[in-house]
Amino acid sequence: MLHARQGNALRLVALDAAAARLGLARGMTLADARARHPDLAAQEHDPAADALWLEQLGQDCIRFTPHVTLLPPDGIGLDITGTAHLFGDEAALAERVEDHCAALGLTVRSACAGTLAAARALARHAPLPVTDEAAAIRALPVGALGLDAEATRACLRAGLKSVGDLAARPAATIAARFGMGAVTGLHRLSGDEQAPSTPLQVETPLHFTRRFAEPVAHQDSIAAALAELLDRAVAALRERGHGGRAFRLELHRSDGAVHALEVAAAAPTRDPARIQRLFAERIGALADPLDPGFGYDSITLAIPAVQRLDAAQAAFADAGEGDPASALAELVEQLSTRLGPGRIRRLVAQDSHIPEQAQAALPALTHPAAPLRLPAPAPGEPPLRPLLLFDPPQPVEVIAEVPDGPPLRFRWQRKLLEVRRYEGPERIAAEWWRRRGGEAPGGGGLTRDYYRVEDQRGRRFWIFRHGLYTERADPRWFLHGLFA
Amino acid sequence: MNIVPVIRTQRDASVMNVPRPELSLSLPDKAAPLRCPTGVASLDAALGGGLAAGRIHEIHAAEPDDGASAAGFAALLAAGVLGRGKPLVWLRERGAVRSSGIVQAEGLLELCGTLPRDCLFVLADDAPALLRAGHDALRCADLGAVLLEARGPMPRLDLTASRRLLLAAERTGVTLLLLRIGAQPAPSAADTRWAISAAPSRALPANAPGAPTFDLALLRQRAGPSGLSWRLEWNRDQRIFQDAALFEPVVSVPADRPAAGGAVVSFPNAA
Repeated sequence: MLHARQGNALRLVALDAAAARLGLARGMTLADARARHPDLAAQEHDPAADALWLEQLGQDCIRFTPHVTLLPPDGIGLDITGTAHLFGDEAALAERVEDHCAALGLTVRSACAGTLAAARALARHAPLPVTDEAAAIRALPVGALGLDAEATRACLRAGLKSVGDLAARPAATIAARFGMGAVTGLHRLSGDEQAPSTPLQVETPLHFTRRFAEPVAHQDSIAAALAELLDRAVAALRERGHGGRAFRLELHRSDGAVHALEVAAAAPTRDPARIQRLFAERIGALADPLDPGFGYDSITLAIPAVQRLDAAQAAFADAGEGDPASALAELVEQLSTRLGPGRIRRLVAQDSHIPEQAQAALPALTHPAAPLRLPAPAPGEPPLRPLLLFDPPQPVEVIAEVPDGPPLRFRWQRKLLEVRRYEGPERIAAEWWRRRGGEAPGGGGLTRDYYRVEDQRGRRFWIFRHGLYTERADPRWFLHGLFA
Repeated sequence: MNIVPVIRTQRDASVMNVPRPELSLSLPDKAAPLRCPTGVASLDAALGGGLAAGRIHEIHAAEPDDGASAAGFAALLAAGVLGRGKPLVWLRERGAVRSSGIVQAEGLLELCGTLPRDCLFVLADDAPALLRAGHDALRCADLGAVLLEARGPMPRLDLTASRRLLLAAERTGVTLLLLRIGAQPAPSAADTRWAISAAPSRALPANAPGAPTFDLALLRQRAGPSGLSWRLEWNRDQRIFQDAALFEPVVSVPADRPAAGGAVVSFPNAA
């Protein structure tokens, strides 16, 4: 059951069959419903998620017909002209649709009629199943016309309860009494007028194949075929105003083996030379080189990921090197293709004050350059955070003058270092709110006391005591970072 | 460890407030590379105006323990002196992350005072992949600098490899900073070779560690004097290096008297 805020009250906007059996109805306040049935399962209504789900369902229904119309908020129209015979007949198709939706956990009401408007009205208002379409339409209540509340009420007051009652009157009288909308509604139900509809656009996947009469094993021939495929792909991309983000090349060998090569671009592109360079890079990075054997029968180029790319003003021929941002993007995708996408990284600030969790290194291929939102360092201060951080921190043995005090000397990597200068402690508490049971005393994790220290040779370290003496009897010390 | 003759440079009091000179507006040329001044007059004079852009500069950690200082110095050169806000590419071997730590964006900002427009970190599996990636990065003309961190001896990085890198750098004018940690200096096509070690900083109040301070030794320079050394302190607020020798006390300070030789200020008479 779903509820939403309407006016000043939370009201029910949708409910399932079980809730309807309990006597609940749309428009009832949530408080009333809870008073009757305290153990109701109620969720907040999310119209955006519903719209998205409806669109996905519509895309899914393209398996039944290429002409799918969304009827928001909760309807889908399928134009089955010319496709019903593929499934047997109309009834068999309707059964298939209902089975498919039932498998998705949906309850559907389906009706078949001559027009989209009639089918919609029947599905919503007529008792199912519909045997005689014309009679069923005549028997529909006037509410099925989709008029506004006032006109519907006016029809009912005039004693016109069904669509048939209304249709029996002359159109001019109805238009004069109830408005033009009533006449249009009648015409749309009867099929005299077509309601405009906007079917879902289905983008055919970009898939280009070149078959060879004879198996081809020569590298130059394959390169030439790839160039030809790329030309076709680029033309298709340009027509759609798209650029490819990922490209997949499949080489079908005559003995049935398939070699698949995938490359990704850091920015949408339709530059054939650039894509070809990426494929060359990918082939060069293969652990075992491509073995053409007795040759390839066909090669296929697919573009699984596209992104909008507007046409750019072509530069003058002698303007020097191209766009600097695209030069960097090319470097990123070239290195990502050769070394792997996870090896070229950008640093992204994270919402945490635990030093090792304050940043994440994410693949540069998928994360475009964005300025890091970090506080500017205060003037006149030395660097307070180390350039290099150890994760996990390295344990050190520390001798301190007093147990709670700063370190006097410490042993790191089997070397004894004397602390000549220090600053601290900078106390960083554990993120108790992220731990289970962290709100209980002692359950939140250990506090860290950080010291910036400098040894006798001038090397600067960031070391911390893990735990206060009140938290732990013998806190351990760790070296966490190195300053320049 | 290399024994380097130490020659203290003249103390030039006017250095402190010298604003960094603007770059000369000449295109990078094989004959005369663009010079990026460091802010220290004696250092720039020894280098003939500053560090040459579009060349290779080798930065050795004087001892393996000085790796962090050398990395910091290279980052300062890349982001502060040579980069001018342009993107930085930092290439490392994957094993380096475990042994020397993860580069922190916040630490880089705290060190340099400003971050390059874009920082890319490349992790290569082995030395050949690292060098090849560095070569590819140098061919991208939009970069401010490329920092290639090579740990250990790395025999692949020989004279031929460094010449190849130099050719790419010269073509685009992107400077390559070769950070060498735990390696012996070997013949290379680098313009300058430095040994960096950490130096005690000027203490802040309450004996807190101060601004990053480095001991530099210019081991080799292609066309110019070498064997010089400096102690430099990075001034983050003005974004220049300063000669740390300026701040050292000239005479040892007696414990029981004020350091300055000026007049002793007496307390006003309470009576």
